[in-house]
Amino acid sequence: MKRKDLLDLQSLTAEEITYLLDTADSFRGIVARSVKKVPTLRGKSVATLFFEASTRTRTSFEAAAKIMSADTYSLTGTTSSAVKGESLKDTMLTLDAMGIDAFVIRHPLSGAAHLAAKYVPNKPVINAGDGTHEHPTQGLLDLLTIRQVKGRLEGLNVVIVGDILHSRVARSNIWGLHTMGANVRLVAPPTLLPADAEQLPVEVFTSLEAGLQGADVVNILRIQLERQDSAFFPSVREYARLFGVSKAKLSGAAPDVTVLHPGPMNRGVEIASALADDSEIAVITEQVTNGVAVRMAVLFWLMGATSSVA
Amino acid sequence: MKTSYLLKNGRVIDPANDQDGIADVLIGVDGLIAQIGPNLTAGSETTIVDCAGKVVCPGLIDMHVHLRVPGQEYKEDVASGTAAAANGGFTAISCQPNTSPPIDHASIVKDILAQAATASARVHVVGAVSKGLQNTELTEMADLKDAGIVGIGDDAYPVGNSAFLRRAMEYCSMLDLPYIAHCEDKDLTGDGVMNEGYVSTVLGLKGIPRSAENIGTARNILLAMTTGCRLHILHVSTKESVEIIRHAKKFGAPITAETCPQYVALTDEACYDYNTNAKMSPPLRTKADQEAIVEGLKDGTIDAIATDHAPHAPHEKEQEFARAPFGMLGLETSLGLVITHLVKPGVLTLTQLVEKMSVAPAKILGVSGGRLTIGQPADVTVFDPDLEWTVDISVFKSKSRNSVLDGVSLTGKAITTFVGGRKI
Repeated sequence: MKRKDLLDLQSLTAEEITYLLDTADSFRGIVARSVKKVPTLRGKSVATLFFEASTRTRTSFEAAAKIMSADTYSLTGTTSSAVKGESLKDTMLTLDAMGIDAFVIRHPLSGAAHLAAKYVPNKPVINAGDGTHEHPTQGLLDLLTIRQVKGRLEGLNVVIVGDILHSRVARSNIWGLHTMGANVRLVAPPTLLPADAEQLPVEVFTSLEAGLQGADVVNILRIQLERQDSAFFPSVREYARLFGVSKAKLSGAAPDVTVLHPGPMNRGVEIASALADDSEIAVITEQVTNGVAVRMAVLFWLMGATSSVA
Repeated sequence: MKTSYLLKNGRVIDPANDQDGIADVLIGVDGLIAQIGPNLTAGSETTIVDCAGKVVCPGLIDMHVHLRVPGQEYKEDVASGTAAAANGGFTAISCQPNTSPPIDHASIVKDILAQAATASARVHVVGAVSKGLQNTELTEMADLKDAGIVGIGDDAYPVGNSAFLRRAMEYCSMLDLPYIAHCEDKDLTGDGVMNEGYVSTVLGLKGIPRSAENIGTARNILLAMTTGCRLHILHVSTKESVEIIRHAKKFGAPITAETCPQYVALTDEACYDYNTNAKMSPPLRTKADQEAIVEGLKDGTIDAIATDHAPHAPHEKEQEFARAPFGMLGLETSLGLVITHLVKPGVLTLTQLVEKMSVAPAKILGVSGGRLTIGQPADVTVFDPDLEWTVDISVFKSKSRNSVLDGVSLTGKAITTFVGGRKI
């Protein structure tokens, strides 16, 4: 059970996902300590390459690396040579030659992490979100959060609501949840569903009410407001009316329904503000905490750390 | 010094002359076909080429090649492109006008033809429909015709405005030039990069819906019927386009169509792992499309097989999928793919192969060749239909290397070609 990279959840086995979630569980205690430092990755270096704006994912990865005593280097779209027209290939070859030990990559184009991984054949590449393909660590932290609340993943009805077409979070959730035995449903207008979505291991709904029936978990995706300019939906108002999730809309869901949102939220659009703030139902801050633990687990797994953690 | 050649004991397949049988072909020192028949004898100055077990046929013609001249000679040039053609068994190609600048002026046509005079294959030139391929002003098509073009086209830059295309077709029909069309509604394509379907969904890549090609095909056929312009439809890739063409031909529409070996041999699954060499336009489709195209080839709906040979430099393909350019090499794998995927399974006979790769292209473009005629220039292809070989892109004659077929085993390979009696 050893891989070079974490590029997607589609290719991960249930055993691998369980290992990562269990490892993250054990790391969560470290995140909660007052002195957050373990020597696991001391002397190792991790570069975060963010070719697309992100605050929480980059910070989360850097926190995970620093807690484990790795040195971190942060390159963003504006500070990297990409603005000078350097290819991803040359960026990777350059950083590899500098002796960086692992790479975390966020990129606006699907497949960029796969491409980067080819040019550093001996070092781990972690996909921190590539275009509309996958965001595997977000998928893992969602799985971890659900498992923490529900005690299991198998057999749960998990509903993903919103812009599935453009969502890498949705794709990682679909594969991860399916592999772990959950029943996955998608709810979106047809304009925001990808082609042949019904061939994915999911049930597809265009009615929020129907899709939420008996839901154990609802994962609400961020809607990008500018999408209305490309006729994906007529107006934010109508989107909110049809697909915005509120406590009232959850009446058909399981009584102990749990709500996730990968952030950043558009309150009053895809999620009602009162629902986002209801800590009985929404676990959005837990997701963030789990994000650090999951990324520690991924770094630990891929960077071949052999020393014990504690 | 000119040489005479005697091609001995080959299976001579010449559908345009109803010939299929073991015979000898004598090529004179003047570069013309001197004699075809059994047991021809050679003079002392004649070079004998043993063709036993091989097919001898009119030179194959690839009517859809991107020669990249002028302007992108780092991808391909006349010498390398025609060398690749010869290596693949082609004695003639026609090059598309989406060059840099586009082939939109007589001087460019003359320059390409001058370069091609001593090349390894004949080069026919397709002129651009519009200046700069901007599709706002027509090119001076009569000038282009006088300079030697064989047709007017819009490959890679399909005309969006139907009124503009109607005028272009009317003008072409006056000049008796075929309109060689890339059928695609670019609004539907948007910034799609591969076939829209399950694979694009899994890869998170923007899809090109099949309706983009289908609407383009249907509209262009309707305009050809309106204007009476001869329309040749490039690179058919969808099952609906096949059906639209079949239907239109029943109505007597003045149309011909081609497909490419890759649309028979490959599907969009070749794009997995973000393989940019599988990125092309139109995109690789699905198994159902492959089956429909095979049917269309069988029943004559699709007249010709061309390659859409589209060379790109390694640094252009070694990019994020969305950034890599569209296109794959075709000249040096076409014959092997067609024999492996269409002849071996019994879909096409070798005679039909020669029809679709030589007879039909010559007829559609109105150029010489497509038949072996005594007293005419000896453009001849000799190929071994049974030779098993493995594709090795490192020995391609093309300047570029963008093919997904490296390491693939194929049956059928060109042995040699003759262009105007010149052994290549």
